[in-house]
This record gives sequence, structure tokens and C-alpha cells, in this order.
Amino acid sequence: MTSLMISSVMYQGVSLSSYLVLSAILFTVGVVGFMIRRNIIVIFMSIELMLNAANLAFVAFSRFLNSMDGQIFVFFVMSVAAAEAAVGLAIVIAVYRTKDTVNADEVNLMKW
Amino acid sequence: MAETVLFTVLAVVTVITAVLVIVQRNPVSSAIFLIMTLFSLAGIYLLLNAQFIAVIQVLVYAGAIMVLFLFVIMLLNLEKEKKIITRHRLQKVLGVFLGVILLAQIGMIFNSVFLEGTRGKFTPEQVTAVGNTQVVARLLFTDYLLPFEITSILLLVAIIAAIVLAKRQI
Repeated sequence: MTSLMISSVMYQGVSLSSYLVLSAILFTVGVVGFMIRRNIIVIFMSIELMLNAANLAFVAFSRFLNSMDGQIFVFFVMSVAAAEAAVGLAIVIAVYRTKDTVNADEVNLMKW
Repeated sequence: MAETVLFTVLAVVTVITAVLVIVQRNPVSSAIFLIMTLFSLAGIYLLLNAQFIAVIQVLVYAGAIMVLFLFVIMLLNLEKEKKIITRHRLQKVLGVFLGVILLAQIGMIFNSVFLEGTRGKFTPEQVTAVGNTQVVARLLFTDYLLPFEITSILLLVAIIAAIVLAKRQI
């Protein structure tokens, strides 16, 4: 990992690449969960995992670039995530009321 | 040294609980493990000197959003959903395979790109002297005032949309 210069120049503790690798793993777990699960609510949780991975990358870059913009961005990402969760879960309730299921395979009215 | 140990512990907890979120059959245990993931991420934010973000993570994510998730799970009767035998073996294998490919691609990007950026003016010492929350607040109400106000409109729209969608009839 010689290419990640920001980490090695100024800081002796945990390097930037460690945080980025953790963020990448977390994002991948979210993507895999999105693809293998059928329950709409768990799919939403996978989206939250991906958003958190992006947040972690933002905060790590903000720390290692001496900039505050990353943390401001995380603030906005969190408010968008809150709005998304509220609307998404309302949709889940509406779907459950009409189809009596939260299985993504059975909600296929607009599929073909 | 202590920082490395703390980071390792928190990172391992984060990854393990994140994997448990997607493999648990019961959505309630998925939500509980997601709350644990969010808590350990808050700890990592503390390691990164982002105290405000860490507190917001616990209050908004682990508090508000996950309570909303648990509330909806409890509201819907999901007992019969648990009994569904997943017969999408190919889909699972393919999903994990594509995930591994994605991880490999991200790793290749890390190795090939030379990360360099203009250093900002907020050094850790300076931020600690003023206080992390105060710095964030000053930026939010000066440079980022318009996005901040737009966020409030977004949340208002989300409230109205949630009520309209969840209402039985309008």
C-alpha cells in the first residue's frame, strides 16, 4: 500500500488505508445483502450498511485531509438516510397492506 | 498503540455484526445486529476525532432510524415470512461471487490510484482547541447554510410522504 501517501506522511497511528479497507468491506457486505435477501426490510438494512460505509470513508478522508467538509457531508447523508428510511418503511407498510407480504419476489406487479 | 488495538477490535466487531445482519433469518435479530454495527462505527468515528458525528450516529441512526425499523417489523406480522424456504441457491452463490469481485475491484483501485488532495485548514490540534461540534456548527450555518435549509425541506417532504403512504385512505 505505498500509494496511499496521505496516511504515511503525517500520522503514526492507524493509517487511512485501514479505514478505507474497512469501509470497502462494509460496503461489499451491504451489496451482498442487497442481492441475496428477499425480505424488503432486510434489503433496506443493507442499504443503511452501504450508506454507513460511505460515511466512514467521508469521515476518514476528513480526518486525514484536515478538512471538515467530510463531516458536514456525513451530516447531510444521515438526514437523507432518515428521510429515505421513513418513506421506504411507509412504502413497505402500504405494500404489506395490499399484498400481505414483504417478500420482494411476490411484489412483481410492475416487473414485466 | 492503544488506538491500533481499539481500531482492530471495533473493526472486527463492525464486520462480524454486519455479516450477521445479512445472514440472520429473523428480521428482528438483523435489526439488533445492525444497531451493534452502528454503535461500533460510532466508536470508530470517535477514533477519527469526529465526536459530533459519533453522537449523531448513536442518536439518529441507532436511536431514531433503527427504532423506526423495529417499529415497522413489530407492526407487520412476519411470522409466516420466516417459514419461507429460500430456494434461490444460485442467486445466493452469484450474489456472494459478485460481492467478492466488487471487493477485488475496490482493492485494485486502492492500489493503483495515488491519493493526493489539498490539505484543509482544520488541523486536529486546531479543531480540538475550538471544539469539534463548534467547528461543524460554524460551517453548517455559514458555508453550508443553503444545503442545511434544503435538508429541512427534504425532511418535511419525507414526513408528509410517510403519512400519505401509510394512511389507509386519503
